[in-house]
Amino acid sequence: MTRLINTVIALVFVLGLCAPAIAQTQQQPPPKPAAQDEFLPIDQLAPKEELPAAPLVMAAYAIAWLVLFVYVVSVWRRLGKVEGEIADVNRRLAGGARR
Amino acid sequence: MQKLFFPLAAVLAVMFAVAPVLIVGAPYESTMGLVQKIFYFHFPSWMAMFTAVFVSGGASIVFLATRRKSADAVAVASAELVVAFGLIGLLTGPLWGIKAWGVWWSWDPRGTSALVLWLIFWGYLLLRRFGGPGSERLAAAVALFGMANVPFVYWSVNLWRTLHPKTTVVSSLPVSMGLPLWWSTAAFMGLFALLMTLRTRLEHDRARLDELYLALED
Repeated sequence: MTRLINTVIALVFVLGLCAPAIAQTQQQPPPKPAAQDEFLPIDQLAPKEELPAAPLVMAAYAIAWLVLFVYVVSVWRRLGKVEGEIADVNRRLAGGARR
Repeated sequence: MQKLFFPLAAVLAVMFAVAPVLIVGAPYESTMGLVQKIFYFHFPSWMAMFTAVFVSGGASIVFLATRRKSADAVAVASAELVVAFGLIGLLTGPLWGIKAWGVWWSWDPRGTSALVLWLIFWGYLLLRRFGGPGSERLAAAVALFGMANVPFVYWSVNLWRTLHPKTTVVSSLPVSMGLPLWWSTAAFMGLFALLMTLRTRLEHDRARLDELYLALED
C-alpha cells in the first residue's frame, strides 16, 4: 500500500515538473505555412479592423459643447424662475403694505 | 464680477472661436495620431474641475469657520460645476481610450480616482438637495473630503502603473502642442469664472426669496 502511494506521489511530481513544458507546447501557435497555392501582394491584404479617429474626436468636442450648453440653459431657467418668483413676492408685499 | 460678466463672455467667445484653429494646427502625436487631439478639451475640463473642487473646498472651510452664508453659496455653486466639468472629462476620456487603448474604460488609478471624486460631489449635491435643515455643515465636510482627493487623483499616474500619460507629459509639450493646450485651459478657466458668477447669483437669489417669504408670513 505504501509502495502504491509512493508511486502515485512520484507520478504527480513528475507530471508537475512536466506541466510547464506541456502547457508551452500547447500555447505555441501553429507555424504559418509558406504561400503554396498563391502569392498575394501585401497591398491586397484585407484592411485591419481599425476605429476611425475623426468621429471620436468630433463626438468628444460635441459632447463637451452639449454638456456646457445644457448646463447654461439649466442655470438660466432656474435663475429666471427664481427672479420671477422674487418679483411676484415683492408685488404681494407691496400690495400688503398699501392695505 | 457682475460688471465684468459681459466683457468676460465676449473675450471667452473669441477664445473658444480661436481654439479650434490652434487645435487643428497642432501636429499629430506620433503614436496616437488624430485621436490625441481630444486632449485639448479633455485636460482643460479636468483642470476646471479641479479648480471647482478647490473653490468648493475652500469656501466650505470658510463656511465651517464663520457660518457665512455667502461662503456656503460659493461652495454649492462650485460643487455643481465640479459635476458639470467632470462629466465632460469622464465622457471625452473613453472616446480617446477606445482608440488609444482599445477599451472604453479601464479601472486604472487615474480614471477610477477621478470617477470617485466626481461621485463625491454628486453625493454633496444630493445631500444638499435631500439632506434637510442642517445638511450644509455635513455637505461642507464632504467637500473637504473631496478636496483632499485631488492630489491623489493628480499624482496617481506617477505613483501607480496606469494607462494614462504621466504628469510630465504636459511640461514636456513642444510649443506647437502646448499653445493650443494652454489656450483651451485658459478658456475653460474663464468659462468656470463666468459660470460661477451665474450660479452664485442663483444661490443669492434663492436666499433673498427665502427672506421675502419670511417677510410675507410676518
